[in-house]
Amino acid sequence: MSSLAVQRRVIPGFSLSLGFAVTYLSLVVLVPLAALVIKGAGLGWGEFARTMGQQQVQSAFYTSLLSAFLAALINVPVGLLIAWVLVRYRFVGRRVMDAIIDLPFALPTAVAGISLAFLYGPNGWIGKIFTESGWSYPWLVWAGFEKSAWPLELRWFNQIGLAPLGVTVALTFVSLPFVVRTLQPVLEDLGAEHEEAAASLGANRIQTIWRVVLPEIWPALITGFALAFARGIGEYGSVLFITGNQPETQIVPHVIFQRLERFEIAESTVVATILMVVSFVLLLGINLLQRRVAQRGQR
Amino acid sequence: MAATGNLTRGGGARSGIATEPWWVRAILITLAVVVLGVLLVLPLVTIFVEAFREGWAAYKEQIIAPETWSAIKLTLITALIAVPLNLVFGIAAAWAVTKFNFWGKSILVTLIDLPFSVSPVAAGLALVILFNLQNGYLAPVLKWLDLKVIFSLPGMVLATVFITFPFVARELIPLMQSQGTEEEEAAHVLGANGWQMFWRVTLPNIKWGVLYGVILCNARAMGEFGAVYAVSSNFEGQKTLPLYIERVYYASWVSLVPVFAVASLLGVLALITLVVKTWLEWKTQREMAEGSKAVH
Repeated sequence: MSSLAVQRRVIPGFSLSLGFAVTYLSLVVLVPLAALVIKGAGLGWGEFARTMGQQQVQSAFYTSLLSAFLAALINVPVGLLIAWVLVRYRFVGRRVMDAIIDLPFALPTAVAGISLAFLYGPNGWIGKIFTESGWSYPWLVWAGFEKSAWPLELRWFNQIGLAPLGVTVALTFVSLPFVVRTLQPVLEDLGAEHEEAAASLGANRIQTIWRVVLPEIWPALITGFALAFARGIGEYGSVLFITGNQPETQIVPHVIFQRLERFEIAESTVVATILMVVSFVLLLGINLLQRRVAQRGQR
Repeated sequence: MAATGNLTRGGGARSGIATEPWWVRAILITLAVVVLGVLLVLPLVTIFVEAFREGWAAYKEQIIAPETWSAIKLTLITALIAVPLNLVFGIAAAWAVTKFNFWGKSILVTLIDLPFSVSPVAAGLALVILFNLQNGYLAPVLKWLDLKVIFSLPGMVLATVFITFPFVARELIPLMQSQGTEEEEAAHVLGANGWQMFWRVTLPNIKWGVLYGVILCNARAMGEFGAVYAVSSNFEGQKTLPLYIERVYYASWVSLVPVFAVASLLGVLALITLVVKTWLEWKTQREMAEGSKAVH
């Protein structure tokens, strides 16, 4: 007797729950996204080429991609450190530290945005350290902060192809939880046996970590990196206030928003579609990686 | 993120050779604390320090201003609609996915996560494409119903519902998956109908997961900025708290206290969310530990 048939008959509510769930999902999520896709598909290559050919759009993609990449990159060692300390050590305030990790998740993006813009801006505690010590050399590229919509004089810095520091720092704040939360379960599952075995075979601690622990966790590191990266390129509220309206430091979501505000739906859709494709490819990559790792683990 | 939290109860105490020397541990812990302090805590603290920079009176003046209250009300209304809707969906979806087997189950689960991978502004754009009154796909329907979605409350609610869609479902699905179907089947054997089964058997088992999902959903609903901003930016009328913050920020040429005063309200919400979340994780862990003790 097929357990499928038995289950459906025993526990009631299948059609009701599934019907409601699918309807709600379609109405709330699928229909709007379909509208976006349809609009994008109906635009034709010419529109895509024209929009993507704009200087502002290209520079926004450059900014978003590079800043998100750097932020995710920074968060890999930082996230590893924090996850390591949380999982493997006992100390006072461990629970508090664990709770704080989720702050970027719980704090509204706009609030984080104004706070970061102030903190790292010329009047903020961290920003003051830099401006007062005369560190604003052109190559340090404070363009992200200096050009924020701040009611002070704006100084122009020569961007030598570096990512605006402000955007990168803001995205580091935002994407840190992704790396930590991806690493924590993996680190927890690592029993001490392998390391003890390595140590009893004569490896010192550094060798053990390098050759035993790291190979176990590198998939999680990559997954965390990719999640952080994907989140970073789409992030809006936390970064908006740091970049302001200067064309050189705009991020992709802001370009989408600007075009939308001017009711240039076509251009907005083009940019949004490209962004979605990039995110989709990233997440697909993560999925494939996770499946490959799962298969390897079953050997 | 699961209701059982991310820390095991015993902590990571390990035997001598499988861990670093004590002084390395001390350095690493200190480093982690400093990094977290600068990266995460400092921005949070900044909000409150700057909010009170001109003293309590200036702070209070901003908080009790009518525009602030109207923003608070709008935020509350939006959350009060979005969260229950997504709660019902979350329970329905989790029930369907975890108590039954059917074709397309994994597709459904993947689709539920879609809003997470879409940039909030893109979600707002999608809604505008659908509902704008000039050439939106659904414009004829709206005109026939004399309904305004974009630049109006329904649009903001829809945007919020979209963004916070997965939260409850994502909490409940793994939870109910791990609980299995035995108890419900036992209830059936004992003669319970569907609703009795749900209220008296399932719901008590998932109550902490439900609460956890609701807390997260609510925090995001009240704090959502990008999507709501996109569907209502040109709307000079009411704004939710995050939108109001944006408006006050760009209008603050003299002092930043008003902006941070309003922001501190949401900052407090974030702190409460974190506290409740941690408490729920602790509670769930304790219940699981006691459960396994009781079995033995």
